[in-house]
Amino acid sequence: MKFSRSSSPARSNGKVGGGENVGEQGAGAKVELRNLKRRFGSTQALDGLTLTIEPGEFVALLGPSGCGKTTALRALAGFEFLDAGRVVVDGKDLAGVPAQRRDMGMVFQSYSLFPNMNALDNVAFGLRMRGVGTTARREKAASVLELVGLESEKEKYPHQMSGGQQQRVALARALAIEPRVLLLDEPLSALDAKVRLQLRDQIKLLQTRLRITTLFVTHDQEEALSMANRVCVMRQGRLEQVDAPAVLYSSPATPFVAEFVGIMNRLPGKIVPGGVEVLGGVVGIRNGGGHADGSAVEVLVRPEGLTLAPAADGRGIVMTKTFLGSTTRVTVLLEGELAVQVDRPSDDTANLEPGSAVQVTVLDREVMVAESRSGADDASQAWVAAAAKQS
Amino acid sequence: MVALIESPVGPRPADTGEQDEIRPRRRRPRIWRGVVLGLAGVYFLIPLYAALRFALGGPTGGLTFAAFRSIPSQLGFSAAFGLSLRLALVTTVITLALMVPTAVFVHLRFPQLRRLFDGITILPIVIPPVVLIVGVLQVAPTFLKGTPYLLALEYVVLAMPFAYRSLDSGLRAMDLKTLVEAGRSLGARSISTLLRVVVPNLRSAILSATVLTVALVLGEYTMATLDQYQTFSVWIVYFDADNARVSVAASFMALIVTWVLLMVILSFDLRRTRRSVQAKEAA
Repeated sequence: MKFSRSSSPARSNGKVGGGENVGEQGAGAKVELRNLKRRFGSTQALDGLTLTIEPGEFVALLGPSGCGKTTALRALAGFEFLDAGRVVVDGKDLAGVPAQRRDMGMVFQSYSLFPNMNALDNVAFGLRMRGVGTTARREKAASVLELVGLESEKEKYPHQMSGGQQQRVALARALAIEPRVLLLDEPLSALDAKVRLQLRDQIKLLQTRLRITTLFVTHDQEEALSMANRVCVMRQGRLEQVDAPAVLYSSPATPFVAEFVGIMNRLPGKIVPGGVEVLGGVVGIRNGGGHADGSAVEVLVRPEGLTLAPAADGRGIVMTKTFLGSTTRVTVLLEGELAVQVDRPSDDTANLEPGSAVQVTVLDREVMVAESRSGADDASQAWVAAAAKQS
Repeated sequence: MVALIESPVGPRPADTGEQDEIRPRRRRPRIWRGVVLGLAGVYFLIPLYAALRFALGGPTGGLTFAAFRSIPSQLGFSAAFGLSLRLALVTTVITLALMVPTAVFVHLRFPQLRRLFDGITILPIVIPPVVLIVGVLQVAPTFLKGTPYLLALEYVVLAMPFAYRSLDSGLRAMDLKTLVEAGRSLGARSISTLLRVVVPNLRSAILSATVLTVALVLGEYTMATLDQYQTFSVWIVYFDADNARVSVAASFMALIVTWVLLMVILSFDLRRTRRSVQAKEAA
């Protein structure tokens, strides 16, 4: 994958990503992050992060602000020093290798195009730094711009382009050097919703075609789940879980992952022999152990893990309904100012009107349990309930 | 008026007939702005007018450009002006060569030290010139001692506050860290990134620093006198005793040259800003 002037004719003809050849070129590199540690003052940004990314894989680092995901990406790019740990690419330890010699294309959150160059020169910049001749690099830059659908804009300067166009040029610029690894540092977060969706699809399509090993940093779970082969949920410098999006959603390893990925209801429960008692029923516990029988816990259930039925003596009152297409999300206010969200087939909810009484139960699936939340979170729950009441 | 304040969603002033109450309040700052600008203009322009009137004054009382026309042929002018131009060139090159990498380095690696550098770079303004001269003499290379180019080193110290501030404001206006990292991720070494990415985007700031440095060198008198070199400003003062009109005409000409340079830079920046806004609107 490493670019060289003596590479295949397809490369020298500037046909990067231009067709079937692209797949053959995209070998991708294997990336290993081994026990990375980095501290900023009192903050442990990376706390023993270990991750292996297979060649051609698209991996997303997902987590809240300050969890260390960008630090990990920057360490891989060579922009961040490490207190401990190793970055290994294709078996080679990159310690001491400066960023400019790592062969990694990077797309930044802020539009990072060089304002003094037009789109073509921006894309050709990396090739110029590699000593590619003027004609060859301009041809290649034009072909990569075509790949992102911006060949007609090649003479435009960054200030003459929209944010979405600038990020596509930035993507083309990163791809033009045929990087061993593509690093995406929240490239969509500065764009408006419509452009974000378009570019998201485009990045995924290109990554699939080019098969470049890609590390994508985001705090947007929808982006991570929809784009990546595997998603790494980070918390306080550590990986909480690394799995395929579907597994992450359906089988979260920890309560943090369960709540960070997707929507999760928290319901009061009590540990009983064989499971946990919640909403009048007993279900099995996925993360069992550590709780004595009779102890109070909170049960984590996704909206589709609950069901409801109209009942005159039901314990819940329907507050709102949100039509989502084939399903409808119903917000139900339970006793104790507790609001829960229930996803049901839209046909089943047709007769439910706000204010009607319903009985909410947990489907017979294993659930996760967690310790009771702090007072602040209780207040947050109460606020949701109050908002639901008002609506 | 009260109703307007109390009701943010109420009708606009134009719809209410209360327009006349609002207009005078808007006009007041404009009037004051005009007064302040007018006073400042008078303060600066009257001496200039007086100098110009004096330089244009003919022996018989009429107006003539004779003083301006005779400047190039005056004894010592060419040598003094030539020396000042050479010093301006050398000073500018050294200043930019020192200050551009320094300012970039501070912004990039030690942004928390920017205030400290602000303080350090202002020192040449508060330290007496004779102290600066002694300081420069201590560190100046031997081959420069006894040549007028020693002045260039002294001028570099004097120009530092102005050059640093110009560059500092230029660097603040750009996302330096991201641009440099983008350059490095594409394989550019530090020097390539500096020359191909940072410097072109600092063009206005560098031009501004250059003009300020040139203006400073052309007008500096104290150090040149102490070092006993006849630069342009020293020549103006000495020549004043021989022919005051020509001396004033030369001063006026130097001022106009500096002013024109500044206007060129301003119009250059203005054109870029307009183009940028128009392009954004078109996009």
